[in-house]
Amino acid sequence: MSDRAPADAAPLWSALRRFASWDAVIIAATALFLVVAASTVEHFGTARNAGHIIVDLAPVLLLALVMTLIVATGEIDLSVASTVGLTGAAMGWMWNHGIALETIMPLTVLLGALLGAVNGLFITGFGLPSLAVTIGTLALYRGLAYVVLGDTAVADWPRDFTGWTLGTIGDTGVPNIVVPLIALALVVGLVLHCTPIGRAVYAAGANPVAAAYSGIAVGRLKCWLYVASGAMAGLVGVFWTLRYSSARADNAYGLELTVVAVVLLGGVSIFGGKGRLPGVLAAVVLLTALQNALRLAHVSTETLTVVTGALLIAAVLAPNLLTAAGDALRSRRRRAAASL
Amino acid sequence: MTIPAPTRTPTGSTVLDLVLRFRALGLLLALAVLVGATASVNARFLSGQSVRDLLFAAAVTVLLACGMTTVVLTRGIDLSVGSTLGLAAYLTADAMSGGVPVPLAVLIGLLVGLACGAANGAIVHFGKVPPLVATLGTLYVFRGIVYFTAGGSRVNASDLPGGFLDFGNGTLLGVPYLFLIAAAVLAVVALFLRDYRSGRDLYALGSNPEAAALAGIPAGRRLMTAYALSGTLAGLGGVLYAARFGTVDASAGYGMELDIVAAVVVGGVAIFGGSGTVLGAALGALLLTVIDNALPVLSIPPFWQQAIVGALILAAIALDRLVALRAARALRKKGSHVG
Repeated sequence: MSDRAPADAAPLWSALRRFASWDAVIIAATALFLVVAASTVEHFGTARNAGHIIVDLAPVLLLALVMTLIVATGEIDLSVASTVGLTGAAMGWMWNHGIALETIMPLTVLLGALLGAVNGLFITGFGLPSLAVTIGTLALYRGLAYVVLGDTAVADWPRDFTGWTLGTIGDTGVPNIVVPLIALALVVGLVLHCTPIGRAVYAAGANPVAAAYSGIAVGRLKCWLYVASGAMAGLVGVFWTLRYSSARADNAYGLELTVVAVVLLGGVSIFGGKGRLPGVLAAVVLLTALQNALRLAHVSTETLTVVTGALLIAAVLAPNLLTAAGDALRSRRRRAAASL
Repeated sequence: MTIPAPTRTPTGSTVLDLVLRFRALGLLLALAVLVGATASVNARFLSGQSVRDLLFAAAVTVLLACGMTTVVLTRGIDLSVGSTLGLAAYLTADAMSGGVPVPLAVLIGLLVGLACGAANGAIVHFGKVPPLVATLGTLYVFRGIVYFTAGGSRVNASDLPGGFLDFGNGTLLGVPYLFLIAAAVLAVVALFLRDYRSGRDLYALGSNPEAAALAGIPAGRRLMTAYALSGTLAGLGGVLYAARFGTVDASAGYGMELDIVAAVVVGGVAIFGGSGTVLGAALGALLLTVIDNALPVLSIPPFWQQAIVGALILAAIALDRLVALRAARALRKKGSHVG
């Protein structure tokens, strides 16, 4: 194992390795797709359509921001979509009880943070596997959303607020939602890539024991990430409700799978310790734009289901196969060199 | 080599220990309490028709829970079972409505399931893709294929052979055929996991993959077996689904994977492998079905159903943790006596 491959073993391979980090690949693929789609699909490249895409991708992008950090620590949060549903339902309940929307919105985000804290407590306090805990709260929170609202919808939201979610800044055509999206992505990106907290996230994911010995409070870090994930889901709950002018118990049903898919597609390792935010952002854009282009091209959305799944597997499979192929190539060269 | 018989460590509450340690016992207790309480509110909960409905509903869940258990034992998970069931159900029903004889159509359903399971196993083992990712991906892919083949159409009960539907809704001495099939599968899988070497290997793989490799267990073959079994049982579930409901469209089994994972976790199968039985998983599936059917009788709004399932999952894994901690403490105590 210790003998390094000779310098000429696979220059192409090592060059590939250096340049083809996964997030570079996914960013390039996204850019390529946008260019191709804009030139081949009618109406795709218009400013109006770009605005639609941005409004469409907002919920997944917001949830994926914190999910990236959670997956990077080697954990997972499958309850995010249910938290969106429950916080939206609670929002509708509060509205029905005559509370002002200005009060409701912060309370909804706070509720989300509390729901996230419950996850965090079960996972870090009791030491339970996050997969099982958040499958449990996935069912629990969605169930409570139905308990709160039943199968009714609250739809009488003030026009000022619902209009904002779909509106644009002045007459620039740039959606209002772009501002919070960029601000939050910047904050999370900076925290992950430029602060000790971000280093701690990677350390906790790569080797929790070593991280703990180097003075990182792994449990506390993870717990706060779940609180942040819940708060973000609360925020998305507010956005979702206002955007569709409808608080329903089944808001964002099934969205957790899309969020996990984009995070993995963006190059974050499910085992933790690896992955960067730009890749995840590109994956969000790619998936939403792909969906949009297929709809414009009148291709059935079923195709998209298959493509999403295949991309998800390929995102993990391709690097594994490349590594295996590289190893095989190297060992064959070494054997050939030894036999000389 | 002789091992001295383990000395019984005195613990305070032996009954509590017993119930905590043997999940099947605890589940039976919970089932008995729930059924008793519901029957005391409305005695018709125990009527033949009501029990029959319950067993019909439980059959497919029990079947899929058996397959899921074998996968979860190896530290894996199979999120694609709902989609596999949908694919098998649609292709079977479609074949029958196209005039393919029933046995051949059933075989198609089973083979579709087997192929789906084998694909999962190959991606997990050869592709080294984590099971959660691999089966989340195939969840999408298989469902997409169903939508693709079905389009917007569906197979109606009137298109299916009468004999097939009679079988799906028929009973033997009041017990649905479907449940008998599920029970038979349960018995076979339980036997396989308990007494057969390859079955025991699944536990070994789940408890400690490195040690299992050193002990010479062929991880690849065993993983393929587990995923193929889960896929085939989901395929069989699809066939039974078609027989029971007659009407099959592309959304058959949508979202079912969570119910199955819930049943398995509530049934005491450790989500990180190596521990649990199919009997527990089947009892977990039965408990969830009973809750489902008991809510209307207890005049609890059906909206509570999912919340209760979620709370049960959390309670079950917290309980597992508690048992593990107690066991570790008992072991430490014993160790200090010897040392």
